[in-house]
Amino acid sequence: MSIGSVPLRYRISVDQDQCMLCERCIESCPYGVFRKEGERIHVNSRVCVACHRCIAMCPRDAITLKERPVDYRSHPLWTPGVREAIYNQARSGKIILSGMGNAQDYPVIFDRLVLDACQVTNPSIDPLREPMELRTYLGKKPNRLEFGEHGRDPVLETTISPNLMLETPIMIGHMSYGAISLNAQQSLARAVTRCGTFMGTGEGGLHESLYPYQDHMIVQVASGRFGVDINYLERGAAIEIKIGQGAKPGIGGHLPGEKVCADVSCTRMIPEGSDAISPAPHHDIYSIEDLKQLVRSLKEATEWKKPVFVKIAAVHNSAAIVAGIARSSADAVVIDGFRGGTGAAPRVFRDHVGIPIEAAVASVDAKLRSQGIRNEVSIIASGGIRESADVAKAIALGADAVYIGTAALVAMGCRVCGTCYKGLCPWGIATQRPDLVARLDPDTASVNVANLIDAWTLELAELMGAAGINSIESLRGNRDRLRGYLLDERIMQVLDVKSVGA
Amino acid sequence: MLSIQYEHIPGTGGEPGESVIEMCGIIGVIDRSRQRMDGTGIRAALSRMDERGSGEGAGYAAYGAFPDLRDYYALHVFFDNPHETKPLVIDELEKWGTIEHQEEIPTYEQPGVRKVHIPWRFFFRPDPRLMPRSTTPEDDIVMYLVMKVNTSIPGALVYASGKNVAVFKASGWPEEVADFYRIQDYQGYLWIGHNRYPTNTPGWWGGAHPFNLLNWSVVHNGEITSYGTNRRYIESYGYRCTMYTDTEVVAYLFDLLIRRHGLSIETTVTALAPPFWDEIDRMPFKQQEIVRAIRLAYGPALMNGPFAIVVANHDSMVGFTDRIKLRPLVSGELGNRLYISSEEAAIRTMEPEIETITMPRAGQPIIGRFLQ
Repeated sequence: MSIGSVPLRYRISVDQDQCMLCERCIESCPYGVFRKEGERIHVNSRVCVACHRCIAMCPRDAITLKERPVDYRSHPLWTPGVREAIYNQARSGKIILSGMGNAQDYPVIFDRLVLDACQVTNPSIDPLREPMELRTYLGKKPNRLEFGEHGRDPVLETTISPNLMLETPIMIGHMSYGAISLNAQQSLARAVTRCGTFMGTGEGGLHESLYPYQDHMIVQVASGRFGVDINYLERGAAIEIKIGQGAKPGIGGHLPGEKVCADVSCTRMIPEGSDAISPAPHHDIYSIEDLKQLVRSLKEATEWKKPVFVKIAAVHNSAAIVAGIARSSADAVVIDGFRGGTGAAPRVFRDHVGIPIEAAVASVDAKLRSQGIRNEVSIIASGGIRESADVAKAIALGADAVYIGTAALVAMGCRVCGTCYKGLCPWGIATQRPDLVARLDPDTASVNVANLIDAWTLELAELMGAAGINSIESLRGNRDRLRGYLLDERIMQVLDVKSVGA
Repeated sequence: MLSIQYEHIPGTGGEPGESVIEMCGIIGVIDRSRQRMDGTGIRAALSRMDERGSGEGAGYAAYGAFPDLRDYYALHVFFDNPHETKPLVIDELEKWGTIEHQEEIPTYEQPGVRKVHIPWRFFFRPDPRLMPRSTTPEDDIVMYLVMKVNTSIPGALVYASGKNVAVFKASGWPEEVADFYRIQDYQGYLWIGHNRYPTNTPGWWGGAHPFNLLNWSVVHNGEITSYGTNRRYIESYGYRCTMYTDTEVVAYLFDLLIRRHGLSIETTVTALAPPFWDEIDRMPFKQQEIVRAIRLAYGPALMNGPFAIVVANHDSMVGFTDRIKLRPLVSGELGNRLYISSEEAAIRTMEPEIETITMPRAGQPIIGRFLQ
C-alpha cells in the first residue's frame, strides 16, 4: 500500500434526472462501470477506458465523462503519464502494454504543411465537369519501353510486371483476424471491394468467409508465418512480407492465447488458446540478401503472377534500407511511420522508437530517385493518415498510395480509447468475444468504411483539381505544391519543400 | 509508327481560348522541302499577338541558320561580363573538345531593349573519345557542358546548344527583339517564336523562350502544374533545371524520351499528354496494352496543367496541348509549309493565302516532318 491508488483517469457521472433506467449502459460496458442498485444506476469510474459505448447508446444523453477529474500537481517534466507509468512498473516490474498509435506530443509534420491551389495564371480544374484520375498502379514499372515493329503496327517488347490496380490511392492496412474480429475484417473487405481498392490480411491467415473478397486482399507473411500455406498465398491479390511495424519497430508481435478461439486457431494454424508469438526478426532473414531470397521464393511459389510488397517500420536509415529492397524482386515497399497504430505494443516502443512517415517517405523517394531506381518499387505510406489532406500530402512527398488503419476502425465506431490489447472492445472491433463481435454489423460497418474512402477520394479529387492537376501521377512527388509552415529549416530540407511565402 | 486515335471526351477539347486566362503567344513554321525563310514573316506574326505578351520577353529559333558551320554545336551563351567569365567557359569547353569559331552575336540597339547580357556563340566540336560508354557521346558531352556551365559559372548561361540552330531572345516586344538581332538577316527552314507575358523572372533573358537543349527547342504557353514531379523525374537522369521556369523540362523530356530512349514523337506525346484511363479501357486490346505501358513507365513525365507547346528539332516540328486543352492551338497548311500557333490571326499574318486551318483536339499532336 505504499503507492496507493492513483487518481481516476476518467469520471463517469449519470444525470439521475435524465436517466430512465433502461440499463443500456450496463449492457454496453464490458468493463463493468455500471450497475443498478435499487432505482438508480451506480458507477465505478475507475474501470472506465473512455470507449464512449455507453454514451453512444444512452437514449437520454444522461452520461457524461470527464478526463482527469483529479489533477496531480502540475509539472512540465513529471507529467501524470510519467508518474503513473512509474507507479505501474513499481508494482508490476513489467513492460507496459499500450494500444493505438504514438501518444507522445510530438509535432505533426502534416499539420505544418499546406497545399497549393491555382489562381489566374493556371486555371483550376472542376472535377464535376472534367475527368479526374486517381487510378493508381502499384508494382514495378519499366524505366523505359522498347518497341519493335510488326508490319506497320508497333509492338511492345518490354514486359510489364504484374501491378495492382487501385481506383483510389487509399488502401486499408494489415489488421489480422485475431487482433480484430471477423466481422471487422468482413466489413473492411466488403468496403475495399466496393471502392476498387485493397486491404491487408495481417498475420492472421485468411478466413474462409473472406474468400469472396480475396481479389482485393493482400496476404501477409510475417515472422511467425501464421496462416501461411500455398492456398493462402495463391488466394491473395498480392503478398506482403512484414519486417516491421511503425508502432513497434524492431520487435515482434504477441497475440495472447485468450484471443485464440477455435476459429482464430484454424485460420492461424496454431493450437486453440496458445499464445501466437511472432519473433522480432524473421528467422530466415538476417540480411538484405536473405530478404531477396524470400521475395523470390514467394514469387516462385506463385509463378511470378503476384506483386510482393515488403513492409518496414520508418526508422532512421529507411532510405538506404528501401534502396536495398528496391534491388530485390520486390514490387512495393510499405513504410509505416511512428504514429502507426497497433493492437498491442510496449508503450516505450509505441512512443519513442521510429520516425514520422512524412520524413521517411520524403527521404526514401529522394534516395530512390538519386539512384535512378524509383520505378523499381512503389511506395506505400502508412502510420498516422487521418484525413484526405494527409493522403494528398503523403503523395506529394513521394508516396504512390497510403494504407489507413485507425481511420477505418474509427469509421466503424472505434473511439480511439487505446485499449485494444484487453480484447474487450465494446465496439466489436478489437475483440473475439462473441457477444461483443456481434455488435458490429458488417452490413452497416462496410458501408461506413466505404463511405469514408469515397469521401476522401472525392476530397482528394477536389484538392487535385484546385491545384490544376487531373492525374494522380502529377501530384506524386510534386513537392513544389507543398509549403512548410513554421517547420524548421532542416526538416524542410529533408522534405525538400520551401517555406510558405517562398 | 505508333498512332493513337483519340476519341472525343465530353467536356474536353473545347474551342481555343474558351474561358481561359491567357498568357504568351507561340508560333512555329516548317518548310517540309527545306526551303529557307528569313525572319521577316515570323516577326510580323509574333507581333500580331502582342496582346498575349507584355513586352518583357520574346524569342525566336531558326533551324538551318548556320549552313557553313552545320557540323558544330552552336553554343549560345549570355555573359554578364565576358572578360570575367568567358575564359572560364572556354576552359570548360576545351577540356572536352575544340572551339572552331567564336563570335559576339551581332546586335543593334533598340529603344525598348536594354542590353543586360552580352550574347556570344561558340561553334564547338566535342571529342567523342572522352565519353566512351555513351552511345551518343557528342550529345552527352554537350549536355554535360550545358549543365556544368549553368550550375557552376555564375554570370554565364548557355541558352542554346544545337547544331545549325540559332536562338535569339531578350527582354522586349517581339518586334524589338527581332530588330535587336536583325533576324531578317538569318535564314531557316524551321522557325519557332514566342511572345512572353512573364509572371516569373520578368525581364530575365534566360527566362525568355525558346528554350533549347541540343537540337531541341521549345516554346510554351502555359504553366505546368506537374513541374515538381517532372523536374524530379528528369533530374534523376542527370538533367539540371537551371532556368527557374517550367518550360525547360519539356526540352529535357523530349531529349530523354526521343534521343535517349528512342521513342517516336507520337509515343512521346502520348507519354506527356496521355489519353484518360476511361478512354484507354475502351481501346482495342493491343493499343490498350501499349498505352497502359506508356502511362506506367512514363507517369512521372506526364505534364499537367494548361499548356500549348511547340517543340522542334532537325527532323520535325510538333505542337500539342494539355489533355483537356486549356490553352489554344491551331494549325494551318499551305503547300509544303505547316504553321502552328496560338492564334489563327498570326498564321494569316505570315501567310495570307493559307488554305486549311485546323484545331487539334486535346493531347493530339500536330506533326510536321521534312520530306527528306
